Amino acid sequence: MTEMQKLYLLVPLAPLVGAVIAGLFGKYIGRVLSHWVTIAGVATSFIASIVIFQDVAAGHVFNGSVYTWMTSGEIRFEVGFLIDKLSALMMVVVTFVSLMVHIYTIGYMAEDPGYQRFFSYISLFTFSMLMLVMSNNFLQLFFGWEAVGLVSYLLIGFWYNKPTAIYANLKAFLVNRVGDFGFILGIGMVLAYFGTLDYAAVFSLAPEISSLSVSLLPGQTWSLLTVICILLFIGAMGKSAQFPLHVWLPDSMEGPTPISALIHAATMVTAGIFMVSRMSPLFELSETALSFVIIIGSITALFMALIAIVQTDIKRVVAYSTLSQLGYMTVALGASAYSAAMFHLMTHAFFKAVLFLGAGSVIMAMHHQQDMRYMGGLRKYMPITYLTVLIGAIANAGLPPFAGFFSKDSIIEAVGLSTIPGAGFAYFAILAGVFIGGFYSFRLVFYTFHGEERFRHAPAGGHDHHDDHGHHGSTVPHESPWVVTVPLLLLAIPSISAGWFIGPMLFGGFFGDTIFIAENHPAMHHLAQEFHGVWGMMLHALTTLPFWLAISGAGTAWFLYIRRPELPAIIKAKFSLISTILEKKYGFDAFNDIFFAGGARLLARFLWRVGDVWLIDGLFVNGTARLVGWFSSLIRHVQSGYIYHYAFAMIIGVFLLVSLFVR
Amino acid sequence: MSEGSTLLSWVIWLPIVAGLLVLATGSDRNAQFARIIALIGASANFLVSIPLFTGFNRLTSDMQFVELAPWIETFNIHYHLGVDGISMLFILLTTFTTLLVVIAGWNVIQKKVAQYMAAFLIMSGLMNGVFSALDAVLFYVFWEAMLIPMFIAIGVWGGPNRVYAAVKFFLYTLLGSLLMLVAFIYLYHKSGGSFSILDYHKLPLALNVQIMIFIAFFTAFAVKVPMWPVHTWLPDAHVEAPTGGSVILAAIMLKLGAYGFLRFSLPIVPDASHSLSGIMIALSLIAVVYIGLVALAQSDMKKLIAYSSISHMGFVTLGFFLFNNMGMEGALVQMISHGFISGAMFLCVGVMYDRMHSREISDYGGVANKMPMFAAFFMLFAMANSGLPGTSGFVGEFMVIMAAVKVNFWYGFLAASTLIFGAAYTLWMYKRVVFGAVANAHVEKLEDISKREFFVLGLLAVAVLGMGLYPLPFTEVMHASVNNLLAHVAQSKL
Repeated sequence: MTEMQKLYLLVPLAPLVGAVIAGLFGKYIGRVLSHWVTIAGVATSFIASIVIFQDVAAGHVFNGSVYTWMTSGEIRFEVGFLIDKLSALMMVVVTFVSLMVHIYTIGYMAEDPGYQRFFSYISLFTFSMLMLVMSNNFLQLFFGWEAVGLVSYLLIGFWYNKPTAIYANLKAFLVNRVGDFGFILGIGMVLAYFGTLDYAAVFSLAPEISSLSVSLLPGQTWSLLTVICILLFIGAMGKSAQFPLHVWLPDSMEGPTPISALIHAATMVTAGIFMVSRMSPLFELSETALSFVIIIGSITALFMALIAIVQTDIKRVVAYSTLSQLGYMTVALGASAYSAAMFHLMTHAFFKAVLFLGAGSVIMAMHHQQDMRYMGGLRKYMPITYLTVLIGAIANAGLPPFAGFFSKDSIIEAVGLSTIPGAGFAYFAILAGVFIGGFYSFRLVFYTFHGEERFRHAPAGGHDHHDDHGHHGSTVPHESPWVVTVPLLLLAIPSISAGWFIGPMLFGGFFGDTIFIAENHPAMHHLAQEFHGVWGMMLHALTTLPFWLAISGAGTAWFLYIRRPELPAIIKAKFSLISTILEKKYGFDAFNDIFFAGGARLLARFLWRVGDVWLIDGLFVNGTARLVGWFSSLIRHVQSGYIYHYAFAMIIGVFLLVSLFVR
Repeated sequence: MSEGSTLLSWVIWLPIVAGLLVLATGSDRNAQFARIIALIGASANFLVSIPLFTGFNRLTSDMQFVELAPWIETFNIHYHLGVDGISMLFILLTTFTTLLVVIAGWNVIQKKVAQYMAAFLIMSGLMNGVFSALDAVLFYVFWEAMLIPMFIAIGVWGGPNRVYAAVKFFLYTLLGSLLMLVAFIYLYHKSGGSFSILDYHKLPLALNVQIMIFIAFFTAFAVKVPMWPVHTWLPDAHVEAPTGGSVILAAIMLKLGAYGFLRFSLPIVPDASHSLSGIMIALSLIAVVYIGLVALAQSDMKKLIAYSSISHMGFVTLGFFLFNNMGMEGALVQMISHGFISGAMFLCVGVMYDRMHSREISDYGGVANKMPMFAAFFMLFAMANSGLPGTSGFVGEFMVIMAAVKVNFWYGFLAASTLIFGAAYTLWMYKRVVFGAVANAHVEKLEDISKREFFVLGLLAVAVLGMGLYPLPFTEVMHASVNNLLAHVAQSKL
C-alpha cells in the first residue's frame, strides 16, 4: 500500500474512529474529550482530503479495491475507492463543512444532555458520506446512501421526546426508502445486464448496452439505459428531495440546526446530484431519462421557491430555499451541465451552510424561538451573524460577485442552450425562480435583522426541551460565542469567493474525463466559448435578465418588509387562496398522510382482519378443527354405551349382509 | 480430515446428555446448580461445533464429517450423519443461539428451571440432528422429536393462551410431516430398499410421481417455514412462547423447513421443482408483500416480529426457486442473518416484557429516556430488520433482490417493496415504543439492561454487524455445495 492509499483509508476511518469513541465511551470520557476526539477525526480527514485533492489535481487517479465484501457465482462485490476529481472535490467540501459544523456544535449544543451522542452521530455521518462519495462501485454507493439516511433519521429524531421530531424522522426515512426502492431496482438492472457493479466496468460497457431494450410491460419496449437511469434517478429524487419525494426535507428541520446545515443542506441532500454526475456515462446515453431529470428538477426549483415566500419559520425558509436550489442542480444535470451542477453543489454547500448556521445563531439568541414574526431588528445585537447571513443571502440570490451568482448563472445559460425536450419549461422555471429567490432571501434578512424589534413582545420560545436555559425573555439578544461565529466567518469566505474559480472548474477541463458528455449535448461546450473570465461574466450579467430579476426580487422584499411593512398582510388577505395553497404546500403532506400512510394502514388492517384472522385462521384452520369436532360429536352418538343399541346395530348389519350374499 | 470424525455425534448428543443431567438436578431447590450445568453444556456444545467451521473443506461439495453405522438393519436404516456447505453453518447457528437462550433465561425463569434449561438443551441436540442426518428415518425421528421439547416449552412456560398455541403448533407441524413420512416410504420402495437421502438424489422419477412427492414434502416444509397461507400457527406460537422459545423458534426452527426444501425437494424432485417454481415464487412474494402489510397492523410486539419473520422467510423461499447462485446463496445468508436478527428482536421484546409484563405497543412509549443502552441495541436490530446495509439483514435481501431482478423485473419489484414495508412496520413500532416522552408510570420505573443482558445483546450485535460488513466467510463455504446443487437441479430426472 502506498502512502497515498493509506491516506485514502484515513479519510473515512478517522471520523469513524471519532464516532465510535464518542458514541460508546462518551459517557466515560466526558463532553470535552468527546468533542475533541471527533473534531480531531474530522480535521484529520479534512487535511488528508486537501492533500488528496492536490494530488488528484496533479492528474493522479486511483481506482482500487480495499477488500472483497462477498463473492457469489462469477460476481465479486468489492469495497473500494475511486479517487478522481469528482470525488476529491466532494471529499473537500464534505470534510470542510463537517469540520465547521463540528466546531459550531460546541456552542449550539452546549446545554444539551445528548452532547456526546450528537458528536458521535455527526462524525458517523461524515464517515458514511465519505464512503458514499469515495466508492468505486454501486454496492458501496448504496451502503453510503443508506447509511447517511440512517444518521439523518437519528439526527432528525435527536430530541426524541418531541412528537414532531419523531414523526419527521420516520417520515424522512420512509420517503427516502421509496426512493431507495427505485434505486436498488436500478442497481439490480445494472447487475443483471452488465454483470458487474464496478463503475469503470459498467461505464465502459455502457455504449454497447445502449442499443438493448427491455419489455417490462407487455407490448411496451423501452431502452434499457432509460429504465436504469430513471430507476437510479428515483433514488436521487428521494435523497436529494426532488418533487414529489421532497416532502421529508422541510419536516427534517425538527432536528438540531447544525445538522440542518450539514446534512439537509450542504452534503447529504446533494448525494443525488453527485450520483447522477458520477453516472453521466449512463445518463448521457438516454435522452428520455435526461428529459425526465430536467422536468422533475424544474418543477422542484420553481414550486418549492414559491413556498419559501410564505414561511415564517426562519429554518423553513432556508429549507424551501434548499429544495429550490437542489432543483437548480437537477435541472443542470438534465441539461448535461454536470460540471455546473457540481459547481453549484459546492457553492451552495458553503452559502447554505452559512444561512443555516446563521439562522441557528439567531435561534440561540432568541432562546429557541424560530418564528421570524417575533424577531426583527437584530442586526445591531448580533452584527457578525447579520453580516454572514447577509453574505449567504446575496450568494443565494445569485448576485455578483458572490459565489452563487457564478454557479447559478452558468446553470441558467446552459439550460438556455440545451435542446433536450423539457428545457424550454426548465428555462422559464429557473428564471422565475431567480426572482423568487431574490425575494425570499432578502425577505429573510429584512424580516429578521431589520425593522421593528418584535421580539420584545414575543411569547416564550418554541421548544420545551430547552427549558433548562433559565433565562427566558430576560435580556436583549446577544451575539453568539466564538465557536459559533468563527465557523460562520470561515464559511462566509468561500460563499463570496468560491465562484471565482469558475474558469478552471467549469471551462478549464477540471473534471476532465470523469464527466462524460455526449456530442449531441453541446451546451457546456458553447458556454465555454462564450466565457471570457470572471470579470467578463459579471459585466455581461448586468445586461441579462437573471441579474435584473434577482435585483427586482430583492427590491420587492425591501419594499414590502422595510418600506411598507404593513403591506404583506394586506396582500396576503387579498390573495388568500394562493397563500393558503402555498401554506398548505400544495396539499402534498395531507394527501400523503391520507392516501399513502392512511391507505397502507387501512389495507394492512383489512388484510389482517379479513385475510388472516377471518379467512385463513377462522374459516380454514379453526374451521377444519370445528368440522372435525362437529363430525365427531355426531358419530359420538353411535357409541352410546347401551347394549341394546349395539345389539340393534348388529342385527341390522347381519340382515344387510345376509340380504347381500344370500340370494 | 473428516474421516472417522465423531464431531457430529458430539454436537448432537452432548447437549442431550447435558440436558438429561440438568433434569436430574430435580426441583427448583437446586435451580442455581441446574443453571450452571446448563451453561457448561451449552458452552461446550458451542465450542465443539466450532471445528465444523474451521475444519471445513470449502473446495468440495461432498458430505463432510461423515459418520455411518447400521441402526435397524432389517429395514436398511442407518445412523448416517454428514454436513455440507448448506447445512454446516446452521449447526453453528443452533449451538450459538442455544447458548444465548440459556444465558438470557438465567434468572428470568424462576419456575421449573431445570426442566426449562433441559428442554432447550435437548432441543438443540435434536435440531443439530436434523441438520446433519443423511438417513431419511433418522431425519424423521429428529424432526418429530424436536417438536416435543418446543411443545413443552410453550405449554409450560408460555402466556395465558399457551395451550391453544401449543396444540395449534403441534398439530399443524405434525400433520404436515406425516405426508413427508409417506413420501419416504414410497421412495424406500422405489429405490429398492434404501433410506439414504443421497441415494434419493440420484433416483429417477416420473414427473407425476415427482409432483406428488413435491406436494408431500411441501406440506411438511412449507408449514415449518412457514409460507403463506399455512403460516397462522406462528404468530400464536410466538405470542404465547417464553422468550427463549420464541428465539429458538424464529432463529432455528423456521430454518429447518427451508433447509428441507434444499435437502429434499430440490434435489430429489428437480423436475417438479422447476415446473412448480412459479407457484412457489408467487407464494413467496405474497409472503413478502401481504405479510409485510399485515405486520403493519399489529399492536402486539411479538406478533409484529412474528409476521416480520414470515415476510423475511419469503425471501428465503423466493431465493431457492429462482435457481441461480445469487438467489440460493442469498437465501442461505438470509436464513443465518434472520437467525441473528429475529433472535435479537425477540430478546429485545423479552427484555422489556420481563420488566413490564406487557407486549402491547400501546403500553410503552419513551423507553429511550429510561433505557438508553437498550434503546441503542434495539435501534441496531430494528435497522437490521429493515435491511440496512452494513448489517446482516441487508446481505441476503440484497442478493435475493438482485437475483430476482435478473429472472424477472417484477419479481424484484415486489421483493424490493420490503425496503418500504419492512422499514415501515419495524420503525413505526420502534417509534411508538422507544421514542417519545415517558408514557406512563411503569415506563418511568424501567431500569436499563443488566450486564447479562448486555452480554447477550452485545454478542448478537457483533454477529449482525460482522456479517453485514464482511459476509465473505459465510458465502465462501457455501459456493461448492450450492454450485453442485444447482448443477444437480438443472439435470432432469425423467
